[in-house]
Amino acid sequence: MITRTSVQNPKELRVVYQETMSALMSELPQVVALDADLVGASGTAKLFRAYADRCINAGISEANMMGMAAGMSLTGKVPFIHTFAPFATRRIFDQLYMAGVYQQANVKIYGSDPGFWALHNGGTHTSMEDIALTRSLPNLTVLAPSDATQFAWCLRKAALTPGCFYIRAGRKAFQDLYDPTSSFELGQAITVDPGHDLVIFAIGEMVSESLKVRDALALEGITAQVVDCFSLKPFDVNGVLAAIQGKRLVVTAENHTKFGGLGSAVAEVMAENALGIPLVRIAVNDRFGEVGTPDYLQKVLGLDAESMLKAIKAKL
Amino acid sequence: MTIQELKLFSAQIRLETAKMLLKRGFGHLGGSFSIVETLSVLYGAVMTIDPQNPSWDQRDRFVLSKGHAGPALYSTLALKGYFPLEWLSTLNDNGTNLPSHPDRLRTPGVDATTGSLGQGISLAVGMAKAFQIDHRPNRVFAIVGDGELNEGQVWEAFQFAAHNRLSNLLIFIDENHKQLDGLTKDIMNPFDVRAKMEAFGFRALRIKGNDEALILQTVTDCLASGQASCIVLDTVKGQGVPYFEQLADNHHIRFANESEAALKAAIETLSAQVAGKDAR
Ligand SMILES: Cc1ncc(C[n+]2csc(CCOP(=O)(O)OP(=O)(O)O)c2C)c(N)n1
Ligand SMILES: [Mg+2]
Repeated sequence: MITRTSVQNPKELRVVYQETMSALMSELPQVVALDADLVGASGTAKLFRAYADRCINAGISEANMMGMAAGMSLTGKVPFIHTFAPFATRRIFDQLYMAGVYQQANVKIYGSDPGFWALHNGGTHTSMEDIALTRSLPNLTVLAPSDATQFAWCLRKAALTPGCFYIRAGRKAFQDLYDPTSSFELGQAITVDPGHDLVIFAIGEMVSESLKVRDALALEGITAQVVDCFSLKPFDVNGVLAAIQGKRLVVTAENHTKFGGLGSAVAEVMAENALGIPLVRIAVNDRFGEVGTPDYLQKVLGLDAESMLKAIKAKL
Repeated sequence: MTIQELKLFSAQIRLETAKMLLKRGFGHLGGSFSIVETLSVLYGAVMTIDPQNPSWDQRDRFVLSKGHAGPALYSTLALKGYFPLEWLSTLNDNGTNLPSHPDRLRTPGVDATTGSLGQGISLAVGMAKAFQIDHRPNRVFAIVGDGELNEGQVWEAFQFAAHNRLSNLLIFIDENHKQLDGLTKDIMNPFDVRAKMEAFGFRALRIKGNDEALILQTVTDCLASGQASCIVLDTVKGQGVPYFEQLADNHHIRFANESEAALKAAIETLSAQVAGKDAR
């Protein structure tokens, strides 16, 4: 059951990580947590103290951390690893491939601060391509949760499901969307708000941004269905097809490059089903990140509600 | 520059770095301060450079492999005249030319883009190898963090440098004994870094990293040695300002209350020091 929440009391996602991991580690003795010298940054210092024997600071050696975690999983452990999204994916891609998915290891990866969330760490720390990379690998579940409740659910689901997971989420708070009692399904997109004229498929913080767009369009009598596609792999092909039914415009919104992410996934579904409906992909258009505040970056990357509205209206 | 002038240059670099971090309100103070004296010696007395011509073919190269110490490099470059000092107050502003981590496409004088730890040293080794192939006199200087030594790539680069006898490359390891989450010895014991480098085939020395005269002497010796060399700098994270040296969590600081006051006090002390020496 999925219920929308009406209260806004968003928690920092790193706090959610700390709390959920703490619960998981007390329930499941096989769970271990690894970090690469970002324990302080990921807010897990308390966890690392409470479970000192099952929490490992691997130092600034992300590739080794991935390999070790995979090795641990081959003995029955359920390792969670955390580092920033660019290091969790492009920096250690062969380890993710070879030590991870290729031999069906069982590693759960939290890649934090994806897309513009690198903020003042700037372009070097920005990953606009982590979904494209991870989506290309077999045996990997790829999730991009949109709020604290969903993030916690993803972590728990990962712990209980064999196989490698990549979960991308910020460290800061996302707007609350779902009641904490909500339960989701892998491979099932969620209609957050119904609508008739167009459909917006979104992931992560872009779901909340899309709701702003929806409200603005509603003032003009245009209704938009907003769909949360947090499960990028497995992807809800049938759900996407159903949501597109009867719409005159399809929009995708992601804090990621337009190549290989959510926009591509939706475009693939549309092309394979010969759906000749216009598609607007709100995504980073073939450029790198830079340093800045969230508002500034969202704007220059064209990921704010205003830019979205403009792009959508041009096609309506 | 004379040793006195280098000491003044160090004070100026530390002062400008402190000012830019105060303006921004947060930043990588610890690792910026621990390399100030080394930057002062390199840019003040060692490197063949022309700040008016940052892309001069004959210049020596500098790679800040521990890229998060960008603020210290920016202060050094601005003081050398690569770009106006006023730029320093734009650190990390929206649209700035001075992002947290050095970006060679944005900042005059930055020879390599770094920030993903472990990668800068490979760039430096590549540059040195290219100069060696072409028998060019350019030299390459690189600073690696002691936490950064956790990255396997660093050791791959070291192997190549020593094997290829890259005597035109001088590697500094900033042994300030701390990384992001705490003491290096608690996270990944580095044991004897100098001995490790020697075992890897380097002419390896370990010196105090806050002594301009000693750094200059050691650099001169290394460059004359004809060997691939490494200088392990025994430093303190937050070096030069007692409050920040003693602050346990001094990697990335959000300045507020006590730490903000300490930074302002440091700026006053350093300003007086710089003014006093200027006057003399
Ligand atoms: C590949 C990579 N992993 C993690 C980080 C995040 N990070 C930035 S600085 C730092 C600690 C660096 O420690 P050290 O090399 O000792 O630098 P210093 O003490 O001189 O500041 C970490 C983990 C990074 N920039 N790059
Ligand atoms: Mg250090």
